Amino acid sequence: MGILAQFVFCGYMLAVCGGAVRLSGVSVSSRTSVVSARGLTKTYPPGKAGSAFTAVDAIDFEVHSAEAFGFLGPNGAGKSSTMRMIGCVSPPTGGTLQILGMDAADSGKRIRARIGSVPQDDLLDPELTVGENLLIYGRYFGMSRIAIAERSAELLEFARLTDKADARVQALSGGMRRRLTIARSLMNTPDLLLLDEPTTGLDPQARHLLWERLFELKRQGVTLVLTTHYMDEAERLCDRLVVMDHGRVVATGSPRALIDTHVTREVLELLIEPGTGAAVAARAYGVADRIEVLADRLLCYTDDGERALARAHERGLGGLDALVRRATLEDVFLYLTGRSLIE
Amino acid sequence: MQLSADGVTQAWRYWLLRYRRTWRGTIVISVANPALFLAALGFGLGKLVDHEHSAYLHGSSYLAFLAPGLLAAAMMQTAYIESAGPVHVSARRAGVYRVATATPLSPLDALLGHLLFIGFRILTSATTFAIVAWAFGAVPASRVGPLVLAATLTGLAFATPVAAWAVTVERPALLNGGFRFVIMPLYMFSGTFFAVAQLPGWLQAVARCTPLYQGVQLCRSVSLGDADPLAVVGHSSYLAVLVVGGLAVGARTFQRVLTA
Repeated sequence: MGILAQFVFCGYMLAVCGGAVRLSGVSVSSRTSVVSARGLTKTYPPGKAGSAFTAVDAIDFEVHSAEAFGFLGPNGAGKSSTMRMIGCVSPPTGGTLQILGMDAADSGKRIRARIGSVPQDDLLDPELTVGENLLIYGRYFGMSRIAIAERSAELLEFARLTDKADARVQALSGGMRRRLTIARSLMNTPDLLLLDEPTTGLDPQARHLLWERLFELKRQGVTLVLTTHYMDEAERLCDRLVVMDHGRVVATGSPRALIDTHVTREVLELLIEPGTGAAVAARAYGVADRIEVLADRLLCYTDDGERALARAHERGLGGLDALVRRATLEDVFLYLTGRSLIE
Repeated sequence: MQLSADGVTQAWRYWLLRYRRTWRGTIVISVANPALFLAALGFGLGKLVDHEHSAYLHGSSYLAFLAPGLLAAAMMQTAYIESAGPVHVSARRAGVYRVATATPLSPLDALLGHLLFIGFRILTSATTFAIVAWAFGAVPASRVGPLVLAATLTGLAFATPVAAWAVTVERPALLNGGFRFVIMPLYMFSGTFFAVAQLPGWLQAVARCTPLYQGVQLCRSVSLGDADPLAVVGHSSYLAVLVVGGLAVGARTFQRVLTA
């Protein structure tokens, strides 16, 4: 085999073994800033109800290339408004927003050409087939029919929907629609993928399959920005995240760092009768470093859950159902805002 | 406000792709509806009316008087049906405009692409209607082309303002109200079925100000061949102002609603 032939062969093998489907325009090695927000604000004008509403209140954050970055918070925290601004479909009313090195205020069209968007609602056309939905989307990006056909075949394979290419969207399950929406968002080989509540409303099996596909994208170097109010999703998928509440950022960091910084390593949960929280908390005082009273539970924050449980037994609380678990982002959120994530 | 010819074309092609599934049904309706109306009213009712030799009919048969009016009114209805509900639904949270404007397409691209399709629907419906009218002997073959253009202009004069309004509507009931309380009275009292001169004096003045009256008069004068050039310019200008005004307002309302 000549030198040129060997070179071509090696290149082919690298393409095959290194992931035949190139899904992102960004290489894994670069760690430049993809999104940079300073004092980012979104205020909606007064509606029929009366007063103006500030959904996003002067937040700062930075997303680096090839990382999975999350916005965590309950409904109404300002996550979706932030995503719409990053997606350049809703202009900021204050602050600065740089995306892929361009100003969102005046380069919306060029930015949108380089991002993929997975909205909360699938926004698929149920009357068209799976393939036609991809065709339409590819055309919006100015792709040729041949390029769309090739890309569609790759993405349907990636989304495990190849055998559904000619099926009407209305015949797909919720999980399949979600995977199709993700496949569609990758039509233009985006440098940045936005996912707004990607697994809301899906059953556990569909969620895990979707996570698997998102992990695959991460492995291939796609920069992911996602919103969620599921703490397990945020912990699994996100390299870094911000916790939002009432339009503000209340904490930033990796999931582990947030847990280490704001709560103890373990939590002892004591299940209580509704209405008895204050009395039981008084008896449990000193069992752990800190105690939170919820409607049906006492959360006792401690670095040693078993020891706290033993102390609870000593205080005569052995009759209550108890559970020792590691602390999660839910606990972080509860600590930072005094509210549960899902209300 | 950004606009690109390619974006408009792609938005238009989306609506064409959807229409590919339903075009056969719409063609049947486009033929059957005018055929039934012209047979029942033109031939049936026309026999009674023609017997009286009414001066209001421009010296023509009732069928020839009715057909262009009915065509203008039908294009108003087609324009409303194509631009009210579809625009409203497309602009809602899960609508197709939301998909398009998350890509390089702008709200203006989405508006113009959709209006291009609505214009296509009005043009094809007007053509079918005019051919049926010609087959009934209501319109001479030489006037079918100008009549189609006049009817299309009439339809567009409704389509662009209705699209500009429908994108802002939050309750679908308002769209039904618009059909019942605006479109239907216009249909009845704009000279479609009888000359406006037969109305009471004060109502005549109101009727002459309506866009459908302008469209009916334009279509009728073109169809009967008794067009006064000045009147044609007047009717056409009135309708063109509505088309352009609707576009200008629509560009703003689409931008406001889709980038909120």
